[in-house]
Amino acid sequence: MGEVIVITSGKGGVGKTTTTANLGTGFALIGKKVVLVDADIGLRNLDVVMGLENRIVYDLVDVTEGNCRLKQALIRDKRYETLYLLPAAQTRDKNAVNPEQMKQLCRELSEDFDYVLIDCPAGIEQGFKNAIAGADRAVIVTTPEVSAVRDADRIIGLLEAEGKHNPKLIVNRIRPSMVKRGDMMDIDDIIDILAVDLLGIIPEDEYIVISTNRGEPAVVNPASAASTAYKNIVRRLNGENVPLIKFDANNGIVSKLKRFFGFGEG
Amino acid sequence: MLDLIQKMLGREANGSKQIAKDRLRLVLVHDRVNVSPQFMEFLKEDMIKVISNYMEINEREMEVNLTQTNSSVALVASIPVNRMKRGAVPAE
Repeated sequence: MGEVIVITSGKGGVGKTTTTANLGTGFALIGKKVVLVDADIGLRNLDVVMGLENRIVYDLVDVTEGNCRLKQALIRDKRYETLYLLPAAQTRDKNAVNPEQMKQLCRELSEDFDYVLIDCPAGIEQGFKNAIAGADRAVIVTTPEVSAVRDADRIIGLLEAEGKHNPKLIVNRIRPSMVKRGDMMDIDDIIDILAVDLLGIIPEDEYIVISTNRGEPAVVNPASAASTAYKNIVRRLNGENVPLIKFDANNGIVSKLKRFFGFGEG
Repeated sequence: MLDLIQKMLGREANGSKQIAKDRLRLVLVHDRVNVSPQFMEFLKEDMIKVISNYMEINEREMEVNLTQTNSSVALVASIPVNRMKRGAVPAE
């Protein structure tokens, strides 16, 4: 039996879909069989971030309504043997599925896959309830902003109420130079306020925009600062003990060399 | 002196992160106890009624907030007093 992990945040635009795409691809890079489920029905996006938008035939709602078999709706990523996507329906809404159907779907997928990653929609309504229904554990994505951290706190409370305990936190889009001059909350501040375990830190990285333009997750590019951070998170989720390395505002030659050789932090 | 140098270098000793943390803490206390702004307003009005029996207060400058102290939630009120009312008797 594989593990079902939901990637959630409350607030929109903090990087749930990007995180899901990169962690999923990261699992495939270490040879794990993984499926990414886009639970954002009506606003599907994981397909374009993954560069698989042209290959969609059936979607999640087709599966739950019995229009096709589960295997027919899964898109295999041709670049990575063990990576699959189950796209969301674009022309339906959140009420097209219910939590019971999502539980059933997650159960079936976890029989075939090592990891099932669910990309949760923003908000706390039906879409959120559907997305978390079948999850064994939850990963919360936030950014170092008041609004995102506030929403993360709300999500932690709602997950708790649904019996999903001990969610893990990813702090996305950290800008070390701003942290250094005291103009951005640092990791300790956020962890202290939210009182959850830290899973990883992703630095702000222009390459994320480029990789989304291209439909190739940044994790495969060793020159991307975020890549190492995503790889470390994948290893942590896979049960390895990978120490957290704190970021510095590094523009020095050593850190550039390090990054060049793929030893970035995170 | 160090502050001055830091300011000259464009680094303020106290950046905006402290403001962010303080605002976040306050907003989360209210979120977590799940009370409406209306609820706090009612509380404030009742407090004014009671306190006004004893002293004249500046209602406009009055602040009533919940805050987090270590493990528990506390109600913190800042109420500027204009004048004491001598010989006040408790109402009922």
